[in-house]
Amino acid sequence: MSGEGSFEVLRRDPRAEWIARNRLHPLHGTINVGEEAEVRGPSGLIRKNPHKVGFIGPNGIKRIDRLKGNATAAGLGRRSSGPQEVQLPLHAVENPDFYIVVVPDLVGGRLTSQDKDVLGQAHKLVKGIDGEGAVVAVCFGESKEEGYDTAGVDRLIHLGGEEYEGFAPEQRLAALMQVEAQLQPKHWLFPDSVHGGADLGSRLAARLSERPAVQAWQVDHASTVSRGASGSKDIQRATPRILLLAEECADPIDETRHEAQAIELAAIPLTITRLKDQGQVAVDPNAIPLAEAEFILSAGNGIHNWEQFHEAAEVLGATEGASRVAVDDGFMPRFRQVGATGTWVTARVYIAVGISGAIQHMQGIGQCDKVIAINSDAGCDMVKRAALSAIGDSEEVLAELIKLMQAHKAEQAEGGDQNAA
Amino acid sequence: MPLNVVSLVSVGRHPQSGRQRRAEQDGRAVELGMNLKVVQNSQLTVLHAGASSEPVLRTYAGMGLPELKVLELAEQDDAVPALGDYLQSANADIVLTGVRAESGESSGMVPYLLAEQLGWPLVPRIADIVSIDDGVAEILLALPRGQRRAVSVPLPFVASVDNAAAEARQTAYGPGMRARIEGNKAVTEVDEVRAGWQESDAKPRPKRLKVVKAKTAADRFKAATAKPQGKAGKVMKSESAKEQAEEIFKLLLEEKVIK
Ligand SMILES: Cc1cc2nc3c(=O)[nH]c(=O)nc-3n(C[C@H](O)[C@H](O)[C@H](O)COP(=O)(O)OP(=O)(O)OC[C@H]3O[C@@H](n4cnc5c(N)ncnc54)[C@H](O)[C@@H]3O)c2cc1C
Repeated sequence: MSGEGSFEVLRRDPRAEWIARNRLHPLHGTINVGEEAEVRGPSGLIRKNPHKVGFIGPNGIKRIDRLKGNATAAGLGRRSSGPQEVQLPLHAVENPDFYIVVVPDLVGGRLTSQDKDVLGQAHKLVKGIDGEGAVVAVCFGESKEEGYDTAGVDRLIHLGGEEYEGFAPEQRLAALMQVEAQLQPKHWLFPDSVHGGADLGSRLAARLSERPAVQAWQVDHASTVSRGASGSKDIQRATPRILLLAEECADPIDETRHEAQAIELAAIPLTITRLKDQGQVAVDPNAIPLAEAEFILSAGNGIHNWEQFHEAAEVLGATEGASRVAVDDGFMPRFRQVGATGTWVTARVYIAVGISGAIQHMQGIGQCDKVIAINSDAGCDMVKRAALSAIGDSEEVLAELIKLMQAHKAEQAEGGDQNAA
Repeated sequence: MPLNVVSLVSVGRHPQSGRQRRAEQDGRAVELGMNLKVVQNSQLTVLHAGASSEPVLRTYAGMGLPELKVLELAEQDDAVPALGDYLQSANADIVLTGVRAESGESSGMVPYLLAEQLGWPLVPRIADIVSIDDGVAEILLALPRGQRRAVSVPLPFVASVDNAAAEARQTAYGPGMRARIEGNKAVTEVDEVRAGWQESDAKPRPKRLKVVKAKTAADRFKAATAKPQGKAGKVMKSESAKEQAEEIFKLLLEEKVIK
């Protein structure tokens, strides 16, 4: 292209245009009549050269691309030469007049979809209130989230200390009280969830003597509709300061990028905690209902050594699942079947051993986060869905996996002994 | 002195028929209290704030309770001041409630407000009380996905009982009718805030539609027809079974599903 400086002001070169138009001119070949050059007629209108539209396809026929910039932006138009990834416009709040605080659940260190809805709700509230407001997210514990900016976090308070890990509602409440004193937020928003959002929100409400709206699902700056009487009544009231929001209360942010600027909190006093966390208790994975299980090892027609499969599930501490074929053949009980006619599972990690990935099975695992496939066929649908696929015989891979896990356990037992000693 | 356990009960609502019934979680709280009575040799008081003429109370009594205590309140009264006042003087060690009531506001705030008022710790969503030794209780919390967490807490405390706790036993009609239901005078405070609310039958919530923000027809077509397939993940073809297993193991560790 001729000249980077021609970005803003379009400079015409009438001579070059004339040569470009005149195919018989001796210099015609040297002038780049690329698609990028807009040819303007005498009246200033853009003229299209119908001969220059499209390209010659592989079979020698001229093809015209009517995808309008949807196709790869190959050279088309000098203005689209930006980076491929769309950079969303930045929504910056320099000097906020007020704050709205969101306390996301951060399950497994990542924002849940409900967290994102709550952040969207926070921005809806900000828009309804006069003045410039910033949405603050208070995050506890380890955070693996990278998308705070695109989820709508203007300011971020991350408290990752040891005292906030695990089950620590009293210490977390102390931190929230510090936020309350420092920012005096207009609203406190919590996801109304079993992951701790409802608990923390209720604690804060009790401490501040505020009456929260629980299971709120239609909220604006003036009024709130929430579910009451176990979901059978709608209660409408003026929007309170503390809101515990139901799932899908608002649309998540998807058109703007936010600053996610860190805020420093003044020192938070260590509270005397009366609730002492003794850690998670091992539960029998097969006693957990399949629909709720977090980690499933699922068997299909590709399993031949069933004893080994059960051993693998036990060693890994995974809940057992099965495809329909495995159930129909009598190797697994009916209530273990995953899929359209079985159970729709929500596991975070799903290992499919010897399952081809028929659509009826795939429907059942639609909500799984990470799928791992062990299959002898690299072309099957399960491999296409999986985050990690091991192509090979299921028996060999499971055997290795069992060995690894046993070694890991032995190591841990040793480490535990040393700690105890 | 034996431990003093108080289970709070309320009027439930059947999810399908909407009839009044024994509330699911409150029933479990009573069950837990009755089991503690056997194991810990504790005393159990079952307490209701409301009308003593309420027929649903008989279904709680039918679980095998000789008597129920009722703090007489009118429909529009706030239950928390009455309960707090009673518990303050009753020398309770453990107060058990449901997580959320099935009727009324269903906000689940009662245990929190009581705990705040009494200055006791609150244990949310418990599945079981494993043991009580030297004034310290070992409790199992119900976490999502069927997981459990062990927590220890000194007496006295307030706990809300999750659906994961042992199911309430069957209730018998006759003993329920024969049980003594004792109405007590209580401090009444009209719930003023609630009087300003408008209540209506729940409207069905609109399902969220998947809105495709596509700029061109081709994009919309793709969004409507293409399988929602994530990016293909890592495929290990030529590696040995050992290497494959190691890679899988690494992912499992990363996701923290194995400990
Ligand atoms: C109305 C209807 C409802 C259905 N509902 C369900 C449902 O709810 N759930 C469900 O699961 N199915 C359901 N099905 C059945 C479904 O269509 C498939 O038939 C079934 O899921 C296939 O199970 P599979 O993948 O285990 O077996 P296959 O399709 O036989 O796949 C076996 C896989 O194992 C691999 N394999 C073989 N040997 C080995 C080895 N040694 N090591 C590693 N891999 C190996 C093969 O490459 C293959 O990919 C339904 C079908 C119908 C018609």
